[in-house]
Amino acid sequence: MTLVLRGVRPYGEDAVDIVIADGVIVELASPGTAEGEIVDADGLVALPGFVDLHAHLREPGREDAETVLTGSRAAALGGFTCVHAMANTSPVADTAGVVEQVWRLGQEAGLVDVRPVGAVTVGLEGERMAELGAMAQSAAAVRVFSDDGRCVHDAVLMRRALEYVKSFDGVVAQHAQEPRLTEGAQMNESELSGRLGLVGWPAVAEEAIIARDVLLAQHVDSRLHVCHLSTAGSVEVVRWAKARGVQVTAEVTPHHLVLTEDLVASYDPVYKVNPPLRTAEDVRALREALADGTIDIIATDHAPHPHEDKDCEWAAAAMGMLGLETAFGVAMETMVLPGLLSWRQLAQRMSVTPARIGGVRTQGHDLVPGAVANIAVVDPEATFVIDPTRLASKSRNTPYAGRELPGRVVHTIYAGVPTVLDGALA
Amino acid sequence: MDSRARIVLDDADIGRAVRRIAHEIVEKARGSHDLILLGIPTRGVWLAERIATSIDDIEGTHVPVGSLDITLYRDDLRLRPARALEATSIPAGGIDGRVVVLVDDVLFSGRTVRAALDALNDLGRPAAVRLAVLVDRGHRELPIRPDYVGKNLPTSLDEQVRVELVETDGLDRVVIEEEVR
Amino acid sequence: MRHLLSAADLTRDDAVLILDTAAELAAVTDRSVKKLPTLRGRTVVNLFFEDSTRTRISFELAAKRLSADVINFAAKGSSVSKGESLKDTALTLEAMGADAVVIRHGASGAPHRLATSGWIQGSVINAGDGTHEHPTQALLDAFTLRDHLKEAGGDLAGLRVAIVGDILHSRVARSNVLLLRTLGAEVVLVAPPTLMPFGVESWPCEVSYDIDDVLPGVDAVMMLRVQAERMKAAYFPSALEYSRMFGLDVARMSRLPEHAIVLHPGPMNRGMEISADVADSPRAVMVEQVANGVSVRMAVMYLLLGGRQEEI
Repeated sequence: MTLVLRGVRPYGEDAVDIVIADGVIVELASPGTAEGEIVDADGLVALPGFVDLHAHLREPGREDAETVLTGSRAAALGGFTCVHAMANTSPVADTAGVVEQVWRLGQEAGLVDVRPVGAVTVGLEGERMAELGAMAQSAAAVRVFSDDGRCVHDAVLMRRALEYVKSFDGVVAQHAQEPRLTEGAQMNESELSGRLGLVGWPAVAEEAIIARDVLLAQHVDSRLHVCHLSTAGSVEVVRWAKARGVQVTAEVTPHHLVLTEDLVASYDPVYKVNPPLRTAEDVRALREALADGTIDIIATDHAPHPHEDKDCEWAAAAMGMLGLETAFGVAMETMVLPGLLSWRQLAQRMSVTPARIGGVRTQGHDLVPGAVANIAVVDPEATFVIDPTRLASKSRNTPYAGRELPGRVVHTIYAGVPTVLDGALA
Repeated sequence: MDSRARIVLDDADIGRAVRRIAHEIVEKARGSHDLILLGIPTRGVWLAERIATSIDDIEGTHVPVGSLDITLYRDDLRLRPARALEATSIPAGGIDGRVVVLVDDVLFSGRTVRAALDALNDLGRPAAVRLAVLVDRGHRELPIRPDYVGKNLPTSLDEQVRVELVETDGLDRVVIEEEVR
Repeated sequence: MRHLLSAADLTRDDAVLILDTAAELAAVTDRSVKKLPTLRGRTVVNLFFEDSTRTRISFELAAKRLSADVINFAAKGSSVSKGESLKDTALTLEAMGADAVVIRHGASGAPHRLATSGWIQGSVINAGDGTHEHPTQALLDAFTLRDHLKEAGGDLAGLRVAIVGDILHSRVARSNVLLLRTLGAEVVLVAPPTLMPFGVESWPCEVSYDIDDVLPGVDAVMMLRVQAERMKAAYFPSALEYSRMFGLDVARMSRLPEHAIVLHPGPMNRGMEISADVADSPRAVMVEQVANGVSVRMAVMYLLLGGRQEEI
């Protein structure tokens, strides 16, 4: 069967018909000429399907918040064709058994390529290295390892993990948070945290770990990936490390590109997130760093939480916010519309580079004949208003409720098959 | 909404009314001994002061004057936003066993006086309570009757009676305003 | 005004109105019948997630003097640290028809949450939340300052007040900085740098690390409780060093101007932030603070609940 994306503009450039057969792009034909099952995409923009290096799908263990299936739906609706599922499940994804279970659930859902992330340490406890090799060799073929939610703060353990994963071209994704400096921390440490009486989370707690880790990565000549950069200082450290040739990559979340700490003054826990929302200056630095390549990718840190974990006082609330269904809109608003990223650059940041970091060979391909047909088709002219009750995620903790975002995801093609058509699951 | 105003008492009328009330109070009390005047803020307090001065002129004695804010005893508190309180000051020695004359500017429904009686009840046990008002405009909603009246003014419910005093308004007069729709 | 969540919610006129109202209500304490009918038929719930007998009793007495029905709901002890309980508790109180909830909670912002989440309709009065605010304490302090140092009916313009101690963890300090400033007073915070909040230099007050330098120029000094446990978290080396450097003893008190008074929100750590002879000296006004607390809380409840709700 042949599928035709009619009249679509790859990277916003000249319109073509993208012809897809057997899961592969076979031809870029003149618009209106190709035959087959026609999907109208007239004037829409085609990008390689988005790859998220950082999401929490909560299964196994917290199926009340999200499942691999509901998370996959949210991802597909957000234009994603690949999602990395973080290891902080219950049980923790620290064995081949658990990562294979998550991987299999992803296969069964069949909406996106679900790539489990393995824990670096057993039970995320930061004490003993998990069986990284076994996870790498499992059916899930894990390449990204992270204790995300917790920092691998033991310098020796971090060094060993960086070294160990080299044998199977893995990468350690560090959640940079010095634990002692952030005991009980609730929000960015600032004049505002002092005023609100919330325990501060100093920028230095993130920056100090990143500084240590880039030096370690340099010392042992390993790849390092830094999760969710949130401060201007972190950007400086990564920029410095890259200039010295350290193999470091970094991500930023959509919410750190747009939201600032003043939202915390409402004490509404929907704005409680780890790392915390920072200042407008940090937001500016993060956008610039994403534009100039210091920060390599956008990763959602999609973190669903059930209602009761957010419908409470700030200190008792869980940290995290939804991201999969709004990531593209935020990227469009903060990076594309202001002219900080071209469509091709956005494709690098949301698809090509994350696939490369995660070692996912079937994702992040340019839209050329012969590439696996993972495609997000977006309408840059359309806007949408976020209604939490209409999200595909099982949870409702989006910080954008009622907010209008530009750039609607219209169609998503995963391995040649439409998963989303006209903004609805196919 | 527009309004038509007419002056029903001028400064001379008010002066005469205050002096007459002072005379009546002294007569009825057979002297000024044991008397206390308690004005109901705001204008009742100034009227009480003037009556006391008149009694001093008549009798050569000084009658203690105080003020009694009845806000916290009102029965219509919940019909309006919470109001600022006015001063309550009870002359030294209290009210027990004394003849308390409540003084107010206008007597209308009687609810203010009812509240004042409740307030007095919490402050002590007077020998007697009397009521002096500058204007009685009728339309009572409670069984309350003044003992001393400056002027009876038949009014309709559409009308507003406004007492103005030098101390608060810069001049002495009583005005009836009719609301015209 | 529907709620009292933060001293920042109050304008100068609001604050003066509360103090003036409190001044009138204070007289009730001297009467034979210490009760007003004003809040008859209204229900006030004291919802205390933290132990604080003095604050709870003060609010209870204030509500009772205004004839409100008072329910004391102590949530402390029942292992409710998970937030859901706040919501469930609120829904329960709402079902019981609480007109006002006086809340003390260990989490900063919990009263704010209670007021804005839609869980309850009634007024919320913050009786201390985490390390955030304690607005009625600031009001009673302002009342006490005005009573001693200024005219009735006015604000605190021209006064200079030092607040000394664990500013970082103090909701009393935060509310006082805001309110005293609103009322026109100058505030100087005095503490070791470790006990100053991050970003304090942008607060509307001065900051000093030297109590001896500050005392001669102030009209009042407010000593805050300092918990000796803080030294375990490296805020200061020892209780002895703290009290030597920041404690108020008689020698230090003699540096104050003649007219200056000493306040403390209680409970005091005698020998730590304040010496026993200072606490018992005629300049110390702690007992008045307690009495004024009742008047101020009566005023707040009257102004929030006494009229038609939604507004003052």
